[in-house]
Amino acid sequence: MIHESSTLAVFVFLFFAGTVLGISFYLGRRAKSAKGYFAAGGGIHWAVNGVAFAGDYLSAASFLGICGMIAFFGYDGFLYSIGYLAGWIVALFIIAEPLKRLGRYTFADALDNRFNSRGIKLAAAVSTLVVSCFYLIPQMVGAGALVQPLLGFPHYVGVLVVGFIVTIIVTTAGMVSTTWVQFIKGTLLVVLCAFITVLILLRGLSTQPPGIPGKEVVVFKAGVPAAEVTGVAGAEVLPEEGAWAGKPYVRVRNKTTGTVAVWRKEGDRLSETQTVAVLKDGKKLVNGLPRGKGEGQADLASVGYPSKLPGNVEKTGALGPVEFIRTMEESEVVLWRSDRIVDSDGTATTIYYQKPTAGKDFMAPGSSPTFSKVRGSKFTDKLDFLSLMLALFCGTASLPHILIRYYTVKDQASARKSTVVGIAAIGFFYVLTLFLGLGAMTSGALDVTDSNMSAPLLARSFSELLFAVISAVAFTTVLGTVSGLIMAASGAVAHDLMTNFMKMEMNEHRKVRAAKVAAMCVGVVAIVLGILFAKMNVNFLVGWAFNIAASANLPALVMLLFWKRTTKQGITAAVIVGMLSSLGWILLSAQAYKDVYGIDPAGAIVPFSQPAIVTIPLGFAVLVIVSLLTQRPGEKTKAAA
Amino acid sequence: MALHFGEHGEREQEHEGDVAHNTRMGVILFFVYILFYGGFMILSAFWPKVMSRPILGGVNLAVMYGFGLIVIALVLALIYMRVCRKSN
Repeated sequence: MIHESSTLAVFVFLFFAGTVLGISFYLGRRAKSAKGYFAAGGGIHWAVNGVAFAGDYLSAASFLGICGMIAFFGYDGFLYSIGYLAGWIVALFIIAEPLKRLGRYTFADALDNRFNSRGIKLAAAVSTLVVSCFYLIPQMVGAGALVQPLLGFPHYVGVLVVGFIVTIIVTTAGMVSTTWVQFIKGTLLVVLCAFITVLILLRGLSTQPPGIPGKEVVVFKAGVPAAEVTGVAGAEVLPEEGAWAGKPYVRVRNKTTGTVAVWRKEGDRLSETQTVAVLKDGKKLVNGLPRGKGEGQADLASVGYPSKLPGNVEKTGALGPVEFIRTMEESEVVLWRSDRIVDSDGTATTIYYQKPTAGKDFMAPGSSPTFSKVRGSKFTDKLDFLSLMLALFCGTASLPHILIRYYTVKDQASARKSTVVGIAAIGFFYVLTLFLGLGAMTSGALDVTDSNMSAPLLARSFSELLFAVISAVAFTTVLGTVSGLIMAASGAVAHDLMTNFMKMEMNEHRKVRAAKVAAMCVGVVAIVLGILFAKMNVNFLVGWAFNIAASANLPALVMLLFWKRTTKQGITAAVIVGMLSSLGWILLSAQAYKDVYGIDPAGAIVPFSQPAIVTIPLGFAVLVIVSLLTQRPGEKTKAAA
Repeated sequence: MALHFGEHGEREQEHEGDVAHNTRMGVILFFVYILFYGGFMILSAFWPKVMSRPILGGVNLAVMYGFGLIVIALVLALIYMRVCRKSN
């Protein structure tokens, strides 16, 4: 779909970015000391920290990815919401307090508290950098993907703008400005999503939804008897040959105009499709016509409406939250799937076809391609699902950019209280994602080619102003998370590696300067990665970052707290083995074969794509074995908890 | 709300008994949540059909249980905050 960028959105974004930068410069003078820079002086109010947790955690992937997945496939996207939130339970009940008690600025501080081991510092710092970079890629790619349809700039401009603004935020006032950016973003995101949810409920459901203002929603023909399409005068059915042989499609050529329409065949009934054909010379044809908005050109129509509502009404009117969910479950919605056919002359045709789906089906686990395997019977497929849910559960409490937020509050009680505020804000937001996703699914405004655009387009179905605001907030969303990540990485370099591992003698002032230089370098790396990985699917990368974080960091953190015989060698080995095994597993998985290298996924070495269910236990096992092998009599370590 | 950016003193002093108490409470509540979360995952992975059955007010188990997990997380978090001891 060709999107019209909104000048208003650019202005709203510039306003947000300007405010955030203004705050950064204003607060810059308060972050001169190391404690000021790395931990915002340890004096952030717990309520502010709680909302900042939400701003740190609710990344572009959470917001756009989950809404898009629900809008396209239904309930399955919500499984991510559940997993992402559940992770906070591990953070609150197991990790928060000891981490706060044992550490000063970084995650490595806490791990190394009892041992003063250079090995642990190095391993923990490297793991922080690896996890942060893995998490940075999808954020930066997301920024680039957003900027084009939303603000009208090319991909690399989005990456550069985000990289540049965030580097300024982090280098002016470190954790202080990072906190406030995250606080503003968290508030905006949750309030705005709540507002849109209210609008969705007030609008109710309709078989003829509003769509994008100024454009009529096309209701596609479905289940038409074949004769009514192929039998009319001037229609010529093209033979099913070459790549089209045996496929469920009928190509009908209009003899007068010469354009070819593709229909999907089910028995003797045909349904309309939308097609994008990319010719060998790179020209694009949409539904047989050159792609564009002018005369004699065509563009993909926006989609998404219920084909049947309960009681066969056309409109429900305003609905309560429970009523809305129930109505969705009892309706039938036209969802869209795609198929690709490459002709012998090199023309690649993507066919988007209708798939009317009952609510009973899409409102339960297994409706999307990602999780459809849970409805099958193969055991390894089920393990893949459980492994991902385990990674989401264990990953949150192992993400360095989340952990460092605990050092910004003054004591344990504040750490607890801020986590509770965080859980409330994040939980509320994740409840809203189901309404936003289902609202987008039935808004008539969806772009069949891009699920990430679902939430902004849902806003556009209400008003252009709302679209501008949500576009700008989505972009600000990237700023909040990226600044947290760059902060974590700069701490790992300046505090863990330079000061503690290499034992470089630095006074407070020089240490802060080193951290700022590190932040700039990480900012540049983030920009480069964001441009290099432009084509990668954002959701997978986030899942992988969770897998690596959980495998590398969680066994060490948990055992340090609960097993008295843990040794420094055990911790170092667990972090290294957990990190390398999960990273290696991912690189050898079917998903990487398909999406990273573009080779046949059937040749993948590992049996399923998500490593956590294997590599987290592996981390624990390595820690126990190495610790038992390196016990020294007479050097009894004291229990931490 | 008061905002402080000044340097605070080094780490707070805690009684060992309080630390042990808080840790124990955390672990107990953690396992309570694991039961709920684990149940959800096992049902989704092995009996996805059960999840699509309407249970309350016409809303199916998948949605109810999903919202339930979010609400339970918050409730357990509030309980934890109440039962934790503060040393000073």
